[in-house]
Amino acid sequence: MRLILFSLMIFCFSGICSFFFGKNPRVANMMGAGGTVMGALIGLVPASIVLWTGRIAEFQRSWQIPYGSFSLKLDALSAFFLLTILILSAIAAIYGCTYLWDYRNRKNLGASWFFFNILVASMVMVVISHNGMLFLMAWEIMSLSSFFLVTFEDEIKSVRQAGWIYLIATHIGTAFLFVLFILLAHRCSSLDFTHFIASGVNGTSLTGTAFLLAVIGFGTKAGFMPFHVWLPEAHPAAPSHVSAVMSGVMIKTGIYGLFRTLSFLGRPEPWWGWLLIAVGLTSGILGVLFALAQHDLKRLLAYSSVENIGIITLGLGLGVLGLAVNQPVLAVLGFGGSLLHVLNHALFKGLLFLGAGAVLHATGVRNIEQLGGLIRHMPWTGTLFLIGSFAICGLPPLNGFISEFLIFVGAFMGMGLSDVSLSSIGVIAGLAAIGGLAAACFTKAFGIVFLGEPRCTPALPVHEISWSMRLPMLLLALGCLGIGLLSPWIISAMNPLIGNVTGLLINDIDVHLAVIVLPLQRITALSCFFVLILASLILLRRHLLSGKIPGQSCTWDCGFLRPTARMQYTASSYAQPITTMFGFFLQTRQTIHAPEGLFPARASLHTHTDDVFLKRLFHPLFHGIHRLLLRLHWLQQGRVQIYVLYVAVTLLSLLIWNLR
Amino acid sequence: MKMIFILHPLGALLLSPLLLGIVNRTKAFFAGRKGLPLLQAYYDLARLFQKSAVYSRTTSWVFRAGPMVGLAAAMTALLVLPIGGGAACLNFTGDLIFLIYLLGVMRFFTVVAALDTGSAFEGMGASREVQFSILAEPALLLSLLAMGEIGESAIDSGIPLPHLSLSGIYAGLSFSAWMHSGTVLLLAASALFIVLLTENARIPVDDPNTHLELTMIHEVMVLDHSGPDFAMILYSSAIKLWIFGALLAGILVPVRSGDFLLDGAATLGGIFLLPIGIGVIESSMARLRLLRVPQLLSGAGVLAILAIVLVLKG
Amino acid sequence: MELWIDALIVLLILTNLKLIGSSRLSACIRIVALQGVLLGILPGLVNPDQMTLRAILLSAITIVFKGMVFPWLLLRSMRTSSVRREMEPFIGYSTSMLISVGLLALAMWMGGRLPLPIPLKSPLVVPLSLFTIMVGLLAIVSRKKALSQVLGYLVMENGIYAFGLALALKEPLLVELGTLLDVFMAVFVMGIAIFHINREFDHIDTDLLSALKG
Repeated sequence: MRLILFSLMIFCFSGICSFFFGKNPRVANMMGAGGTVMGALIGLVPASIVLWTGRIAEFQRSWQIPYGSFSLKLDALSAFFLLTILILSAIAAIYGCTYLWDYRNRKNLGASWFFFNILVASMVMVVISHNGMLFLMAWEIMSLSSFFLVTFEDEIKSVRQAGWIYLIATHIGTAFLFVLFILLAHRCSSLDFTHFIASGVNGTSLTGTAFLLAVIGFGTKAGFMPFHVWLPEAHPAAPSHVSAVMSGVMIKTGIYGLFRTLSFLGRPEPWWGWLLIAVGLTSGILGVLFALAQHDLKRLLAYSSVENIGIITLGLGLGVLGLAVNQPVLAVLGFGGSLLHVLNHALFKGLLFLGAGAVLHATGVRNIEQLGGLIRHMPWTGTLFLIGSFAICGLPPLNGFISEFLIFVGAFMGMGLSDVSLSSIGVIAGLAAIGGLAAACFTKAFGIVFLGEPRCTPALPVHEISWSMRLPMLLLALGCLGIGLLSPWIISAMNPLIGNVTGLLINDIDVHLAVIVLPLQRITALSCFFVLILASLILLRRHLLSGKIPGQSCTWDCGFLRPTARMQYTASSYAQPITTMFGFFLQTRQTIHAPEGLFPARASLHTHTDDVFLKRLFHPLFHGIHRLLLRLHWLQQGRVQIYVLYVAVTLLSLLIWNLR
Repeated sequence: MKMIFILHPLGALLLSPLLLGIVNRTKAFFAGRKGLPLLQAYYDLARLFQKSAVYSRTTSWVFRAGPMVGLAAAMTALLVLPIGGGAACLNFTGDLIFLIYLLGVMRFFTVVAALDTGSAFEGMGASREVQFSILAEPALLLSLLAMGEIGESAIDSGIPLPHLSLSGIYAGLSFSAWMHSGTVLLLAASALFIVLLTENARIPVDDPNTHLELTMIHEVMVLDHSGPDFAMILYSSAIKLWIFGALLAGILVPVRSGDFLLDGAATLGGIFLLPIGIGVIESSMARLRLLRVPQLLSGAGVLAILAIVLVLKG
Repeated sequence: MELWIDALIVLLILTNLKLIGSSRLSACIRIVALQGVLLGILPGLVNPDQMTLRAILLSAITIVFKGMVFPWLLLRSMRTSSVRREMEPFIGYSTSMLISVGLLALAMWMGGRLPLPIPLKSPLVVPLSLFTIMVGLLAIVSRKKALSQVLGYLVMENGIYAFGLALALKEPLLVELGTLLDVFMAVFVMGIAIFHINREFDHIDTDLLSALKG
């Protein structure tokens, strides 16, 4: 525990230092990134120890704040999230060093690093705090520091807009959390998590309400549809390494919060699982559909985060359902898959955001339609982005497959059980559809950006990024491959973690995990076999082509001899059949100038997919509230005396109400 | 693991190009032609493997990797593929997901290799391919699961096969399964057949012999491949046809005597009858308009969902 | 025996899906006719021991009316109003299919929960009838042409018939005949209405009837 506090101190100290040295970008960079990496390395030690042994570390100090106590606790669940947060933050910090260097003359890098370090520190606090008050404070600091990171380029209007949407969304979510914690505290007359668990809210009518509040409150942070609206705004606006951290780990604190809240509420009811699965299916399928329709690379990735949160929620819902109907194997596989996907998504989404950042860094363009052929100038970035895309589609032998496989098998086990059957079919069909859609989405993202010919002449000469940006991506890609190939051991090592979440005994979990460990071993064997065959095919091809000189020509365009880059298939046309098929949900707007006459001069087609929820749900809602509040406009007189009168009248009436 | 299990993957590697020949001969028969030799696919493969290749200047390593990854994925898939009631080399709970995702790997690389050429036509084919797979994948998975829920838990030489593995599913299907839940099996088999036609680029979804690039799906994606690369693509599509053939023949020829060789032979017969069926369909039907294909596929999805709902209900 | 019942019920479910997923009106009418015939056969399979003369008569009337008379009337009015296809329904065909699969799941779930006075031969009859009723409603709600709405109405009645069947022909013949007559009148009246709407306005889009309101 000491080590964690020490690393927290390093985060804060280096953050403050870089803030003061903000005038000197080199020092600020060194202090900020160095502090994050060092703090993360120190923090990783206790996290891994707790995760490995399952022993719990605690720290408690009394505190002057009412209901608050400075109590920290590091159990397996916290340690797992801590591990994910620290790894990705450290890697993103190394990357950010070089990424931010371009802004050194325009921006105060010190401020950015200050908020980055504070963000990391607050995320660490969120997952280890064991008191409601402390938790909410950390939660609020996390929201605020990430708000300042999002609005890094605050001279751009869309960035400011994104920042506002984020700020409002996250505070509405926090409001629900306040109500949740007040409810729980009212029942237990304390805000300590220990009391929440011990005195037990379970069995009362309160649990259902508390669960719903948690789903909305934490779901806003995690990006459940329809509370996801801030994600596709905020992630593209932030600098890429910040997007990686926000998308990779910050939104996962919402998932952490759900896991933690579930541990307070005792034995769940089946409808909780159904609700979570419904939310997961909506977020998963609609998330990837919206991702498919985007033209902005980072916006696409942001929507894909919504999709992956959906997959995580599917696992979570399956696990909750398993606990509710007393089928521990479902709980083990569902929670296991869900947690593993948290880590996996942090790795490959981090990788993809860093890759998108590299593209942005090299070309200055975020619109997919203008890119193309980058892999020839940026072979490393291209290859690493391909690995990330491959992993996020859940294809073997990489890590995305493993977590989806766990959830799939969990759903298999649920078939034929009453109360679970229908949800299981939903999970299976949903996951399969999500897999297919994700493949469509990421073949588009990778294929259009990196393959073919450049669709527009780039403004500046495209160059490969430096090693200091390549290395972080390489590490993440290795992580994807490693989890994919070492899955049986990793799953076995997750035993204490799953025990912590499900409340089952270690031996029981071993029995249930055996269901999955053998398949995973075979999958590893088959993956190795796959790699082996691939290697021998490569050798075979080299042998067959040795001594022959492969011909060079231009792409066959069905007899047309002078194909130009502008004749390539575009991202919009690639996605068009699918967006049309699901036009009902997407409501894509099209502006067509069709070619006319015998010698058509100009023709164009533009598509734009707005967020349906933002446009149809939240805009009207907030407009309605705005109009309603305008009716109260007469209250606002602009005179201090009247405001004092309001306060006095309110106080007086409250007093009278109390003395009645 | 018994050595005999190796027979099936080896046999599939050896015999799968023959399936293409059978389809062609059937079509020739219906058209009143003599047709290509049965072994034409082998000649083609041999010739292509000896040739050199031509590459577009636009392409990168992704284009060269596509065919190899596809073939490696198809060959790996053979290891979890049971033949009739006979277990596969490796079987484990959930291996059907692994199989389907391996096909996904194959598709992913075919698609990115197609996009690598920068050709509008190949982009179009790639776009259609991913569109159809979105509908085909859930249909395939659900119909396999529906069959798995019917079959009694099977035992292979003393070792119980995992209930929800391909080997377990297929070992559990038998004539008696057809007797008591034939409806479900029929629904699942129809869904599987539609998926087979789609995934293997057959009429009425795709026409492998058309010469108009604008209307192709699968063939247009591999236009730019040549030499050994194209040979690998041809070979992997033959193996893919074999995989689906084995999946379908396993339902339609439910001979489960317990003798590996007898069962295997019966299923093998089924696998070779299937291309004849495909040939008949290709000779007697026109391809659907492209806009109708998603409807056909969602029909397959509905059949699969119906099958699984029925089996879990009944 | 159960295999055949199941097969028949699955066929009935498929007719519903086909109805909701196809745009050609003549195909829809034929599918509804087929559904009527299948429904006529169903009692013979579900309750073979109760096949009294009354039940056989009922089946025969069902087959004649639903399988022949109604379709003939509808085909005729289709020809006179020269409408071949349902154009641009409120809900597209693929989406309708998706929705009806959801409805099927809902019907299955409800069928399992509905308390029934007597045990049934096949657990699928009640879900089938619920599903048929829902699909009929969906067709009425989501289609524009009056003919499609008549078809939806017919399908809904088929669902009610199947539900009565599930309760083992407990209801008296008179009630069933009354319903049939009711439907007959409805189809007849609607046919006339379609004819007149068509003559007055040259189309049968009910969507445009809202223009009539003041």
